[in-house]
This record gives sequence, structure tokens and C-alpha cells, in this order.
Amino acid sequence: MDNIIFSAALLILFLPLVSFVMQLTIAKKLGDKADYLPLAIIGSTLVLSLYIFYHVIVLGHGHFHPINISAGWITTSALSVSLGIYVDSITSIMLCVVSLISFLVHLYSTEYMKGDKRYLRYFAFLGLFTFSMNGIVLADSLFMMYLFWELVGLSSFLLIGFWFEKDSAANASKKAFLTNRVGDIGMFIGMMILFFQTGTFHIQEIVGSVAGGAFNGSMNLLTCAGLLVFMGAVGKSAQFPLHIWLPDAMEGPTPVSALIHAATMVAAGVYMTVRIFPFLTLDALSVIALIGALTALMAAIIAITRNDIKAVLAYSTISQLGYMVMALGVGAYIGAFFHLVTHAMFKACLFLCSGSVIHAMHHSLHELHDHETDPQDMNNMGGLMNKMPITFYAMLIATLAISGVPLFSGFLSKDMILAGVLSYYWMYEGWTVIILLAGFGAAFITAFYMFRLIFMTFFGEPKNEKIYEHIHESPKPMTIPLIVLSVLSLGIVFTFNPNPLDAHGWFDHSLGKVEHVAGLDMYKYKDGFKKAHYPAMYASLIVAFLGIALSSLFYFFNKISVEKVTSIMKSMYLFNLSRYKFYIDAIYENILYKPFLWFCGVTSKLDWNLYDQTFIDSIGRRTLDLSDYSTKADYNWLDQKVVDGAYRLVEYFNGKLKYTQSGVIQNYLMAGVLGIVLIALLFQQI
Amino acid sequence: MNDVQSYLIIASILFSLGVFGVITKRNAIAILMGIELILNAANINFIAFNRFGGMERLDGHVFAIFIIVLAAAEAAVALAIIINLFRNIGTVNVDEAQELKG
Repeated sequence: MDNIIFSAALLILFLPLVSFVMQLTIAKKLGDKADYLPLAIIGSTLVLSLYIFYHVIVLGHGHFHPINISAGWITTSALSVSLGIYVDSITSIMLCVVSLISFLVHLYSTEYMKGDKRYLRYFAFLGLFTFSMNGIVLADSLFMMYLFWELVGLSSFLLIGFWFEKDSAANASKKAFLTNRVGDIGMFIGMMILFFQTGTFHIQEIVGSVAGGAFNGSMNLLTCAGLLVFMGAVGKSAQFPLHIWLPDAMEGPTPVSALIHAATMVAAGVYMTVRIFPFLTLDALSVIALIGALTALMAAIIAITRNDIKAVLAYSTISQLGYMVMALGVGAYIGAFFHLVTHAMFKACLFLCSGSVIHAMHHSLHELHDHETDPQDMNNMGGLMNKMPITFYAMLIATLAISGVPLFSGFLSKDMILAGVLSYYWMYEGWTVIILLAGFGAAFITAFYMFRLIFMTFFGEPKNEKIYEHIHESPKPMTIPLIVLSVLSLGIVFTFNPNPLDAHGWFDHSLGKVEHVAGLDMYKYKDGFKKAHYPAMYASLIVAFLGIALSSLFYFFNKISVEKVTSIMKSMYLFNLSRYKFYIDAIYENILYKPFLWFCGVTSKLDWNLYDQTFIDSIGRRTLDLSDYSTKADYNWLDQKVVDGAYRLVEYFNGKLKYTQSGVIQNYLMAGVLGIVLIALLFQQI
Repeated sequence: MNDVQSYLIIASILFSLGVFGVITKRNAIAILMGIELILNAANINFIAFNRFGGMERLDGHVFAIFIIVLAAAEAAVALAIIINLFRNIGTVNVDEAQELKG
């Protein structure tokens, strides 16, 4: 059995790579049908993922014994690195999420990207991404995870900059790549600390040796190592202060945003943190919780004032990722992973819906020959509900899910996280109230801005009648993924539990227990969690409905004037804080880029004036003089005397000796005979 | 005529005549004839040494017969070369055959 699952996992890993290679090599020959190939390949990885899911989750009943098969890769006396595949319930769920969303995005893209001049390359990059993402999910060691981590970064770079003719896209891809590098350096250092302390990269073995006391007496080192590895997640999952790349990454095609920058790649950071969770110390966890809370709240506040439909979703993604990280920090390990999965579904749905809206807007503007109006600006939308019913209902369901309304998946996972936050507060009190407030505050603001998006896009009067008239519902390849994902945003899918308020179900059950080896008392935590469950749920329900109600007062009933509130907020400097994204980009600009560029300017001047002009050039002049002198020596002495002398000597002898070569055979013969006579005479003398 | 000297003298006269012919003649056929004289001088030496050298077997005779055969073959090849020479340059004067001279 294990072998079959192992081969299925290997196929899941490598089939997308095959798709990548085939798209780049033979797909051109297939003509119109070229996109069937990646669809078929990713479709088969989906089937294989569901097969593994069936074995691990349905037949495993939460008692599945993890499969781990690995092979040595680099083996020296000082270092041995192996690559291997680790399959447990978390892996199998994550594989399904990646394959499913990847498949739906492939399907969606066949319509969305139709007519693009780099259509085949787009699918090739999607294949490369899916390969690397599956690699992260299946990796059994931090080292292998790191390899695929970088590959994911590469494919993200390629896809953000897919329309590299646009400067903004090219810059966004560079920004994403470089910002991620900052996190990855931390991750690498952390990985190395763990390796030198435990002698292995294998995650389960690290957990084992931490439990066995590899860090006894140096818990601070373990805290550092954990936080450094977590830095990789900060970069990849766009946590404060490295979150700045994700909003810019929306320059890529929208299906890519759905797949990479909402559902899977950005969740890789959370997934990795879930994997290393057992050996994160309490100190590390508090830092993680604080970072997550800050990110969740800050991104939610920024999202309020975005007008670009994708920017709202981008900041909402950052905020939700902050939620997951916060959940990990407070120890709500299952909640974090649960939210990862539910978020992947509803956020992919939201992004694909926004893509559908943008697609429709784009076509409408195209028909009107309008190249000035921004198809992504919500101020140009409104009333689209009647024109695009499928998109509307799908988006509404996903929005209800993200806002945390009962019956929808987001409610269950958010509730778990908030219960974790509440029990964390009860356990430690003091400063942890910040995390509590951020958790509930972000939930409130999320409900507010998500319904703002819905109201501005789909309700009310159309802002522009001309555009409105030309809007059409998107074709089937785009709406089918929306329907599938909106169905998966229903809460019942994740519990099979008739009580919509109860999160216990197959998901919760199959993850099993986690052994925490670095100090967190999971049993005590479980008790607090049980007590916090209902209070947290009521509180989260209240904040969600408050958010929705406030949003509808603003944007649906128009009871409160947006302008008035904006001006009040402006007078309190609060509006601009959100409008200009807490000035973080500006801060980076002023404290990082500008000093750096100034420093570059100074060093470049130093280099040119001092080093180049003075030092190098003087060496150059000396060399020139020397070569002049040696040229003269060479010509006058070597050339004229030695070489020419040798020639003249040869010529002289040539003049003398050439007469002996008469060319007449008799002469030679004569010489031969005389020679013999001479020899005979000589011998006679002797 | 029962001593070896007289044979050797005859042979060396013959040899010298041959060499003289080879060296002085310009006609290729005359050169060839000189070579034949040299070979026959050698033959006489072989026979003479066989007879006066106290040998019981006929080694010298066999050698002489070999050389005669060899001379015949050599004459055939050389004459063929000379005919070709004549065809190409219209003469058998060896001084004229100097196309390969650098």
C-alpha cells in the first residue's frame, strides 16, 4: 500500500514538470489543442491526489501512519543530505488543495488568457509552479523544502512579470523576488543552525532530537533558529514587514493571482510553519503571534481604502495570512491549517470572480474602444449583479465565507483561530490583549471591506451606463471553476456535521494530535481552547454582523455619507494612514532605497574618480610606456639582429651550397663512386 | 687461368666499364647497358669465389642465376620507364628529364 501511495506521490510531483517541458517543446505542434495537454496532466495529478486523500483521510480515520521514503543525495563525511517524500494527513489535504486549484486555474486560464501571444509559455510556467509547490508539500526535509521554495519563488517571479512589456509588471516581479530573498536568507541561516545542532535536515528527525534534548541549555538558540526559519514564511506569506511585494504582485494575470498569490504559494509559508511548529519555542511563538496579529490588522485597515478590486483582495489575502500565522503563534495549529485550506478555496474563488469581472470590463471597454478607463477600478463598476449572475453568486458565497458567516467554511476556521486567540489571552493575559484585539478587529474590518467590494461592484446603480451595457457573463471555462470553488466554500464540506456552528468533523479529526516538543503544554492549551470555543464564536458572530451592517449602511442604504466620514477621518490623519498603506513603502523608500542609492552614487564616484581614473589609469600609462620600450627593444635588437642574422647566415650557406645540387644523376653517381674509392683507399691505409 | 686474381681483374674491368658507361652516357639505354655490365661483373665475382673459395655447394651459381633473372626483370621495368619517358618528352636523353627539378 505504502508503495502505491509513494508512486502516486512521485507522479503528482513530476507530472507537472512533464507538462512544463512539453509546453516548451512539443506543444507548438499541437496548434489549437495545445492547452488540452496541461489540462489533462494537472487533471491526472488531481485524480492521484484524491486517491491519496481517500487512502489517508477516508480509510485512515485519523490513525494513518505517515509514509516517509527518502534517498541519499549528497553524502560526505561532514554532511549528508537526502531527498524524500513525506505523506501524512496534512500532506494529503494540501496536495488536494494545490492540485484542485491548479486544475481549476488551468481550466479558467484557457478562456482568460485566450489570444495572448505567450499563451503556451503561460501554461508552461503554471506547470513549473505546480511542480515546485507539490515539491514543498511533499518534502520531508527542510533542505528539500528550501530547494522547491526557491523554485516557487522563481515561478512566481516569472508569472508576475508575465506581461514584462509593462514596466509596472517587470518592477513588481523584481520586487517580489528580492523581498522574498530577504526572508529566504533568514530561513537558510535558521536551517543551518538546526542542522549543526541536530545533524539532520529531516523535519521529523529534528523534532525528535529537539525532544531528545539537542537544544538543552540553549533554548535561546532554538528560539533564534525557529524565528529565522519562520523568516522564510514571513517573506513567502507576505507578513509584516515583508508584505510589500504581494499587492504589487497583482500585476500578473488574475488566474495567477488566484493560484499563487492567494491560494497556494503564499500559504506555503504557513504550511512550512505548520511543519516546524512542534519545535518552535514559546518565545518564538509569541513573536510569530504578534507578527501575525499586526499583519492581519494592518492589511485589513489598508484594504478599506483600496478602489482597485484586485488590491482589495491582495490586502485581504495578507490579512488572512496574518490570521493563520497568528493562529500558529497562539498554538491553534489545527485552526491555522484549517484556515489555510478554507481560505485557499474562498480566496481562489474571490480572485477568479474578480478576474471574471475584470475580463467582462475589459471586453466591454474594448468594444467601446476605450483605453483610458481602468477595468479594475470599482468606481467604474456597480450593478453588475444582473449582468453576471453566476459570478455574483459565487463571489457572494466566497465573501460570506471570508467574513465568517455561519454555514460557510470561513466561519469554522476563523472561529477555531479566534477561540485559540481567546484561550491564549486567558492563559497569558498582559500584553497578549493586543493579539486578541487584532484578531477580532481584523474580523470586523474584513467583513466591512469585503461587503464594500460586493456592494460597489454588484449592487447599486451602474456608474457608467455605456460600459454596463456591454458587460456579459463570462463563458463556461471561467464559470465552472467559480461554481466548484463556491461549493467548496460551504462549511458542510469540511465537517459533514449537521450543526453549522460546530467545527468538529473529518478535517479536525484526521489531523490528529500534534506533539509539541519545545515547551507549549498542548493539554493545558486544549482545555483553554474548549472553554474559549463558545465565547469566541459569539464574539466573532457579533463582529462579523457588525461589519456587514456597517458596510451596508455605507454602501447599500447610503445612510452614511462616505465623503463625510472620509473627511472626518482625514482630519484625524487616520484616512491617509490606510490610503498610503501605513507609509511602509515610503519608509522603505526613504530608509532603504534612497540611502542605498546615495551610497551607490558615492561609491560609484569613488570608484570612477579615485580608483579608475587615478589608480587603474596610472597603471595603464606605466604599462603603455613599458610596452613602447619593449617594442623598441624587440625591433631593434631581437628582430634586426638575432632573427635577421640567422636568416642571413642561412642565406650565405645556401648561396655556396646550391651548386652541389646540379640535378644531374650522373654527377651524384660520380660522387658516390669517388666516395667508395676514397673509403677503399682509407681502409687500405689502415 | 687457374687463380682467382685473373677473374677478379676481369670483373673489375667490367665493373669499371659499366660505371664509366653509367656516369658518362646521356642516353638512358646506354645507362641501362652500363648497369647490366655492373651486374655481370658481380656475377663473375660470385662464380669465381664459388670456385676458388673452397665451397662444396653451388651457392655462387644460384646467386648468379638470381641476379640474371633480376637483371632481366630490371631491364623490362627500366625499358618500360624509358618508353614512357620517350612518349612524354620525345627523347631518351636523361638530361632532358628535369621536370621535377626544383
